[in-house]
Amino acid sequence: MIEHVIDLLYLIAAILFIFGLKKLSSPTTARRGNLLAAIGMLIAILVTLLDKQIVSPAWIVAGMVIGAGIGLWWARAVPMTAMPQLVAAFNGFGGVASALVAISEHYRPDGGAAHIDVLVTIALSVLIGMVTFTGSFIAYAKLQGVMTGAPILYKGQHLVNILLGLAVVVFGVLFVMDPAALGWSLWLVLLVGGALGVLLTIPIGGADMPVVISLLNSYSGVAAAMTGFVLRNEALIISGSLVGSSGLILTNIMCKAMNRSLANVLFGGVGTADLAAGAGVKATAGTARQMSAEDAAVVMENARLIIVVPGYGMAVAQAQHVVREMADQLERRGVTVKYAIHPVAGRMPGHMNVLLAEANVPYPQLYDLDDINPEFPNCDVALVIGANDVTNPAARHDKASPIYGMPILDVDKARTVMVIKRSLNPGFAGVDNELYYLPNTYMLFGDAKKMITEVLSALKGG
Amino acid sequence: METQAVNAFPDALVQMQQAFYFQELVGNIVVFVLAVFVGFEVITKVPPTLHTPLMSGSNAISGITIVGALVCAGRGQVTLATILGLLAVIAAMINVVGGFLVTDRMLGMFKKS
Repeated sequence: MIEHVIDLLYLIAAILFIFGLKKLSSPTTARRGNLLAAIGMLIAILVTLLDKQIVSPAWIVAGMVIGAGIGLWWARAVPMTAMPQLVAAFNGFGGVASALVAISEHYRPDGGAAHIDVLVTIALSVLIGMVTFTGSFIAYAKLQGVMTGAPILYKGQHLVNILLGLAVVVFGVLFVMDPAALGWSLWLVLLVGGALGVLLTIPIGGADMPVVISLLNSYSGVAAAMTGFVLRNEALIISGSLVGSSGLILTNIMCKAMNRSLANVLFGGVGTADLAAGAGVKATAGTARQMSAEDAAVVMENARLIIVVPGYGMAVAQAQHVVREMADQLERRGVTVKYAIHPVAGRMPGHMNVLLAEANVPYPQLYDLDDINPEFPNCDVALVIGANDVTNPAARHDKASPIYGMPILDVDKARTVMVIKRSLNPGFAGVDNELYYLPNTYMLFGDAKKMITEVLSALKGG
Repeated sequence: METQAVNAFPDALVQMQQAFYFQELVGNIVVFVLAVFVGFEVITKVPPTLHTPLMSGSNAISGITIVGALVCAGRGQVTLATILGLLAVIAAMINVVGGFLVTDRMLGMFKKS
């Protein structure tokens, strides 16, 4: 009887998760949705603690307090620009927790599992959990700048990965065949799984991280679902599959926004120095025109509609706050300011939106690619801040370009294009941007924050 | 362990036990598949502007593995299993508490005007 009550409470937790995610469909209800999901989690935790299997609460409470303390501190301390690596790290912790639970299940004092499906899901949970764990922390290190963001490639890389993949399958099968005698093979699944997470993530370039983080997010969900099969717990299965599908959807959106296949992102090693220097780059004829911050301010204050196109460069320069101040000044003069956000701008899906929200830009001013593109022909100034490849018109017409076919923001159709950039260096894809040489484009060379500050002071002075 | 205990019973009972076991497994698979569909339905409706909070929020939900971690850590005497369980509790709590809090922090910044 009591078991059924517990199961029903788990179901309530799962329902709260679903409602919570549903409320994320609008910024007005999203915060309440997150709260609902958190309440669901609280219910699930309390139910589990009250369950009769738990006999040593002191230990557990200590562990919970430590974990909660670290989570609390981290969530409060992190700057919004560092959100991608934070999510990667949290993801990694979720993955390793699933892997640890699965191993622990194998070593449970009352003898452990015997059924083949449980053994298979234990092996899968360990594998996926470990790939998520080490992969996420490599992503963290790349995003945090602890290690190089450039792809790390070596000869025979694919072969090594394939061999390790096969080894994991062999160890997994050994474990399932005879878990009592061949229990050590589960530890090999753990080790090789961890190695695979590292080796599969190092060849992926920094700007492809939105895809990787989405995919690892999906894995952490799948690992939780597998653990649910191990424990015969439907709350884990439901929540895990929700997260798994969420991550997959985002992965798919990111790939489409770059017009690349998932395989190309994962194994293509795009963003290498070779590519930047060699094939695919052709010098574009013509010279780029420069403009001073003062002139830019004059053009902008006489505009009716300005569309700001932020990219990762804005985040790096921490320029979002001055951008909003500048927009305030312009709006006071009757200029309409909108923001165009490309799906892969920044280092994770929706990263730019969070940064602009932090700078108090109202979210109705943020527009997606499809909504804003028809407006560029009517706009007086397109202001590109630290974005590059997502504005390159070559994606529309140059079949030889590596980014051909990628959906871009049509900034070149604006009457005047202003690009704030440190130099004319090519972007992540190693492609020269022909936008910079168009007759209606003006370059403002310099750090995004410094440039916008200069424009702002010119606006205030004038 | 389960199978050893069951082997002492007559065949019919074993078969019943097996049937019940696979019924439960199939039930779990059904739940898994349906939840994936629900996930696709719900999450395709999340606008791009909220994709980062979606990610951190769903990430926190994947910390539901805390439930398994608690069970593993709470089985009594200190063994390898409980130590692994305790480590899992710590990792999962970071994921859960950090994930929900940071999502709340972000969503609190989204303002209409």
